[in-house]
Amino acid sequence: MATDIIATIIARFPGAAARASGDHPAVSVPAAAAPAVLQAVREEFGYDFLVDVTAVDWGLEAAVRFTVVWHLFSTVAHGYLRVTADCTDNAAPAMASAVPLWPTANWHERETFDLLGITFTGHPDLRRILMWEGYPYHPLRKDFPLAGIEVPLHDPEIAAETGITLIAAPMAGGPFVASPGEMNLTEAEPRAKDESWNEASAKPTA
Amino acid sequence: MVSANTELAYNSKIEGDVVVSRADAVINWLRSSSLWPMPMGLACCGIELMAVGASRFDIARFGAEVMRFSPRQSDCMIVAGTVTYKMAPHVRRIYDQMAAPKWVIAMGACASSGGMYRSYATLQGVDRILPVDVYVSGCPPRPEALLDALIKMQAKVKREPSARGLLVRA
Repeated sequence: MATDIIATIIARFPGAAARASGDHPAVSVPAAAAPAVLQAVREEFGYDFLVDVTAVDWGLEAAVRFTVVWHLFSTVAHGYLRVTADCTDNAAPAMASAVPLWPTANWHERETFDLLGITFTGHPDLRRILMWEGYPYHPLRKDFPLAGIEVPLHDPEIAAETGITLIAAPMAGGPFVASPGEMNLTEAEPRAKDESWNEASAKPTA
Repeated sequence: MVSANTELAYNSKIEGDVVVSRADAVINWLRSSSLWPMPMGLACCGIELMAVGASRFDIARFGAEVMRFSPRQSDCMIVAGTVTYKMAPHVRRIYDQMAAPKWVIAMGACASSGGMYRSYATLQGVDRILPVDVYVSGCPPRPEALLDALIKMQAKVKREPSARGLLVRA
């Protein structure tokens, strides 16, 4: 069943190729063919349940930077299928929306748009879902630091009242910076070495 | 003939219905004995806050059982949980809507310092936007720790010069 569908997709859609996978059968298709492939596997092969829509950022140097991934499940055959498509434009990645096929793709695609900046064409309501409207970055991209980039607070009234901005969070010595043996963790936690505030150095007020 | 007063205790028949005290002591006693919390439950600390309000730990023993979900009716905001930058303006706005006098307890590591969330999305300590009176350590703190914070909060309220402002027109 699984190998059958991969072979069928490759035979029917030119440019499709089997994709290395450690678990479920996976196929890579051209971006232009993605809606037709998804419709075919849904209506002809019983992959009727869309589990997840996400994307991969391969890094700034990659020839193809963004790949959109759909995870499908068949409630008939009880098996998974992974379909991927590379975005053709690295600077402004775009992909056809799957909302016409699966309404559940709505929020998945909004999250992918919010965090990775993939524009889903045909999406009925493509707004940010986790970050706020007007946030200038896409935080899960490889060129975005985990600590964040300093930007003004999005509520100008509160920003004027409190005088704060969104600062880059202190990182070194934090819980997700693993450097075994280099530091005394009792001293490192919860303060950071270089950007921290403590009794000796005051916390930044703005 | 004047007889010596042998009454050692307060006798209402002699002295009338009068108690002599300081205004500060009376006002602070009233304020500290019924701190109505504004439960700002934002993450898992909110669950511990619920436990503090329930029968086993029973915050009612300290007069703070009346969780007000309207900021207009509450005295003490308990920020229980991770404050994201998206939520931060709303937290500040709710604080602004509380009537003075008002106090803030930062409950847990996240509210106090950002906790383990060193990230682009998390406010690194609610004291960047609110004047915090008492910090509670823990992730999340035990209910006893919050009760201890409340007792410290009451002690702080009792030290305030609250009568001074009453006679001054703002």
